[in-house]
Amino acid sequence: MTAAKVTVVNALASATALAPARVGWLAGARCVLQRDLRLALRRRADTLSALAFFVMVVSLFPLGVGPEPALLRSMAPGVLWVAALLATLLTLPRLFADDHQDGTLEQLLLAAQPLPLLVLGKVLAHWVSSCLLLVLISPLLALQFGLSASAAGVLMLSLLLGTPVLSLVGAVSAALTVGLRSASVLMALLTLPLYIPVLIFGAGAVQAHNAGLGVGGHFSLLGAMLLLALAGAPLVVAAALRISLESA
Amino acid sequence: MKPGLNWFAFAAPQRFYPLAGRLLPWFAVAAALLGVAGLYIGLVLAPTDAQQGEAYRIIFVHVPAAWMSMVIYLAMAGWAGAGLVFNSRLSSMMACALAPTGALMTFLALWTGALWGKPTWGTWWVWDARLTSELVLLFLYIGFMALHGAIEDTRRADRAAGLLALVGVVNVPIIYFSVKWWNTLHQGASVSFTKAPSMATPMLLGMLVMALAFWMYCIAVTLMRVRAIMLEREGHTGWALAARQSQPAATRPQVETR
Repeated sequence: MTAAKVTVVNALASATALAPARVGWLAGARCVLQRDLRLALRRRADTLSALAFFVMVVSLFPLGVGPEPALLRSMAPGVLWVAALLATLLTLPRLFADDHQDGTLEQLLLAAQPLPLLVLGKVLAHWVSSCLLLVLISPLLALQFGLSASAAGVLMLSLLLGTPVLSLVGAVSAALTVGLRSASVLMALLTLPLYIPVLIFGAGAVQAHNAGLGVGGHFSLLGAMLLLALAGAPLVVAAALRISLESA
Repeated sequence: MKPGLNWFAFAAPQRFYPLAGRLLPWFAVAAALLGVAGLYIGLVLAPTDAQQGEAYRIIFVHVPAAWMSMVIYLAMAGWAGAGLVFNSRLSSMMACALAPTGALMTFLALWTGALWGKPTWGTWWVWDARLTSELVLLFLYIGFMALHGAIEDTRRADRAAGLLALVGVVNVPIIYFSVKWWNTLHQGASVSFTKAPSMATPMLLGMLVMALAFWMYCIAVTLMRVRAIMLEREGHTGWALAARQSQPAATRPQVETR
């Protein structure tokens, strides 16, 4: 597997370093995205264990609080959202750690393409490989909790809008803690406070729907957070990576 | 160039250390005097509130602490930003020195809020927008200190924690406007620049004097802490060694020499 990885790294290096003028900005980001997706496909266990974690955490709640349908229905949005949040958090330390260990990260920092765009490619790949499956399986879990079909749809949409924000914001703390000994504990401490707004409005959308209120406001705020994170997070991640690697 | 005080001269720890030492007693004395005066006005002179009875008197600690928790975060982020932009050592030291005081103020605001909430709302805690966002602020302070502590290289720690502080700034306006944006249990602002205050004059006076006392206290302890940080980080330099020698042994900060 390491051999396969090295060839991918070489492909990237030759695409970005040897012919810097010919590889455009977006092509660089696409190259990183394809490489990370290929790596994720070759290491399916990582993706699947995050998914299994999500399903298991969600299934623990009915066992813990009792199987009353009314209680479960009111708890479902929060439980699913918190579980998605924790599952995302679980996968985040690996976002930069492997690349840091084998030196790929330094190659990315030296690439001719702007670092924020390359970072965006990496984060996008993280979202596709770690979060997209959670989003897709969430309606099934929502039905287990007795949510109506329309509420399950709202939940899935809110996760679809919200989980990219989790990936983007989490990338900031992953970049700040890259190479540190206590990285994973520290990550939780740094990331979870910043996740709170997404959790509130994501779970709030489903609760509003259950209460018969409109969900437009919640979705608009989630969309606004997504746009803000999309515009700001790659820049912050790039700055954080430079801080982390420059003095390491 | 106009002759006069060159402020940038004090960006060097070597020059700021004695200045901070000279200013510190004044701020400490001011904090003590204003604190006594504010408590006297608040606990003795101010009348009992018509609706809340005596329980309202906790605001003389609660409101200044809550104000300071936000002001210190902004100051900390400002110093951290200056440290990132100008790459000046003192700015990052100031940010580090402010964080524990800010965390203490946030904790005080939450704790006194709980003490006030029990008799008035009938509960220690509600998941209201302002309380939740203030709790997030406490987590941000703790995250800042934890990240700084986890990185051994001080320069990297300063810059990484500084970046985190800047990201967390988005939370401050959310706390401040939370009572306006959401209809929540926490009451709206009683004091503002645009309208007459909705409280009796002695109450307002007591609160403002206490707020000043908190300002002075925070400045005093921050200066004290930044002096210790300067000695710790600059411990290998000549002036720091001289400064340590000149202090009586009992009050000398424990510094490891490298």
